[in-house]
Amino acid sequence: MKILVCISKTPDTTAKIAFTDNNTKFATDGVQWIINPYDEWYALVRAIELKEADASAVIHLVTVGGADADPIIRKALALGGDEAIRINADSHDSFYIASQIAAVAKEGAYDMVMTGKETIDYNGSSIGGMVAELLDLPFISLATKLGISGTQATINREIEGGEETNTVALPFVISCQKGMAEQRIPNMKGIMGARSKPLKAIEPVAIEALTQVVAFELPPAKAGVKLVPADNPEELVRLLHEEAKAF
Amino acid sequence: MSVLVFLDQADGQIKKASLEAACYGAKVAAQMGTAAEAIVLGAVTSNLAALGNYGISKVHTVSNTQLNHLDAQVFTQVIAEAAATSNASVVVFSNNLTGKAIAARLSARLKAGLVSGAIALPDTSNGFVVKKSVFSGKATASISVSTAIKIIALSPNAFSITTTEATAVVAELAVTIPASRVTVTGVSKVEGEVPLTEAELVISGGRGLKGPENWGLVTDLAKLIGASTACSRAVADAHWRPHHEHVGQTGLAIAPNLYFAIGISGAIQHLAGVNRSKVIVVINKDPEAPFFKAADYGIVGDAFEVMPKIIDAVRKLKSNA
Ligand SMILES: Cc1cc2nc3c(=O)[nH]c(=O)nc-3n(C[C@H](O)[C@H](O)[C@H](O)COP(=O)(O)OP(=O)(O)OC[C@H]3O[C@@H](n4cnc5c(N)ncnc54)[C@H](O)[C@@H]3O)c2cc1C
Ligand SMILES: Nc1ncnc2c1ncn2[C@@H]1O[C@H](COP(=O)(O)O)[C@@H](O)[C@H]1O
Repeated sequence: MKILVCISKTPDTTAKIAFTDNNTKFATDGVQWIINPYDEWYALVRAIELKEADASAVIHLVTVGGADADPIIRKALALGGDEAIRINADSHDSFYIASQIAAVAKEGAYDMVMTGKETIDYNGSSIGGMVAELLDLPFISLATKLGISGTQATINREIEGGEETNTVALPFVISCQKGMAEQRIPNMKGIMGARSKPLKAIEPVAIEALTQVVAFELPPAKAGVKLVPADNPEELVRLLHEEAKAF
Repeated sequence: MSVLVFLDQADGQIKKASLEAACYGAKVAAQMGTAAEAIVLGAVTSNLAALGNYGISKVHTVSNTQLNHLDAQVFTQVIAEAAATSNASVVVFSNNLTGKAIAARLSARLKAGLVSGAIALPDTSNGFVVKKSVFSGKATASISVSTAIKIIALSPNAFSITTTEATAVVAELAVTIPASRVTVTGVSKVEGEVPLTEAELVISGGRGLKGPENWGLVTDLAKLIGASTACSRAVADAHWRPHHEHVGQTGLAIAPNLYFAIGISGAIQHLAGVNRSKVIVVINKDPEAPFFKAADYGIVGDAFEVMPKIIDAVRKLKSNA
């Protein structure tokens, strides 16, 4: 079984969000970069578990990004990927990124393409569905469980108001979220081993972006909290009812 | 030219998030000087002509029961045909779980630029620019879409429903429905609860509540005001509450009118899922809890002393109403 895991680089969850260049660029000064949590904890770790159960499985990682994404992809290799491909392009258009991933996926004839549920910076939740469409494959979104037996997969996924169990034949595209696996910490052996694993940078295929970021904006600051004394909680209820009209 | 709105249904009823999308689509259509049409897949029991009240002039149905289950690939093909039939230049989805599964596929199929998680009407004064929420609600981005067809997936609870009296034309659309390559072998729905993403009022508890046995402080208040319940990741990880209640960076992102947080510290990853809520109330015994910085109202106090009094006061208020 050949698995392709899509890895994106995102600011750490505690990073300060600010913009430069007339609010057109994310301010990267002092920002720590991490593997997008959904890609790491859920997609990648589940792929590693599948490989642990089936020694013939191979895990390739793909990222669309500049050379500054290399440390991130090395970390993913340290966790357990076998080989990595970085498509040397910097874009925030989902269709552009998905087209790059689809080109790699087609070339490699993977049995399964795994993505995270969404990137925590651009929050598109879009790449997986686009890759599936470009490859004409089924797309199982927001999966919480994945088991594979032979060429069949059994998947639990979140639907509006509940969960659904699906069976689908390989190949397919799946987006992963909580439930799939637990976070792992790379060990020394993994980190050392990752140094010699292949990380290949390739040039992107020519694709027009369909969208562009014009500007970013920070939300207006909150007016500040109105504190009610602890010995008068009834006043809070009155404020919520009469002033905030919350209920 | 038209605006086509995909309306998601559950158990035969159009979902609230989709009604928001309908109203949004109607406004977009008005901006463009055209009409809003809708597409409904699967067998529905709702009175579809009444969608006129939400600004929809025509409803295309494909009432084959195969479409009662979401298969992103099948739905995308059917919606693409509907978009061609109605000559749509804008297709609107709710960015709920269903919309997330389909909108992106349709975007790739039609080579139509997608804005997912839109929170405002497009600005058409100079091109076509839509605001969306980014960095987990910590910022917004204005996205310009340059393609002939545009797709917008609207954040739930970001656009209010307004109605006027009108009747929509309902017509069955003749399409070929491709065979599904995904088999649904089981469905489990959380019975009788409003899905968190659709809830207008949410009461949420954190580790400050000490254990699942104390959750009455959350659920009693929720029942009284008809709210849904949520929790922090720490609580879901400890199995005090089911995972589907977990909100935040790695859980659900919600934007209710009221988010009432009890014994939650307000870690940045928690805020990422709730910071778009309209009114945030925090009950925490630690005056330094970071949540107070994001709150509109708060009490610095012990939840075990404060909450019973709040519940009593709400009960009184409700019985006088
Ligand atoms: C990558 C990443 C992603 C994450 N994603 C999420 C996420 O999606 N959602 C999420 O919630 N967290 C998430 N977290 C975890 C987050 O950082 C916090 O650890 C978590 O939110 C803490 O939960 P809590 O506030 O319930 O518990 P605590 O941090 O233990 O806070 C409990 C609070 O209760 C108060 N308290 C105690 N006793 C009382 C009392 N008697 N009355 C009133 N108040 C009391 C305390 O003062 C304290 O503020 C994530 C972390 C990481 C690193
Ligand atoms: N630049 C990228 N390179 C590789 N994979 C990506 C990239 N951006 C997003 N993805 C994958 O697509 C998923 C969904 O991203 P998004 O649609 O941007 O929310 C992520 O969780 C990743 O698995």
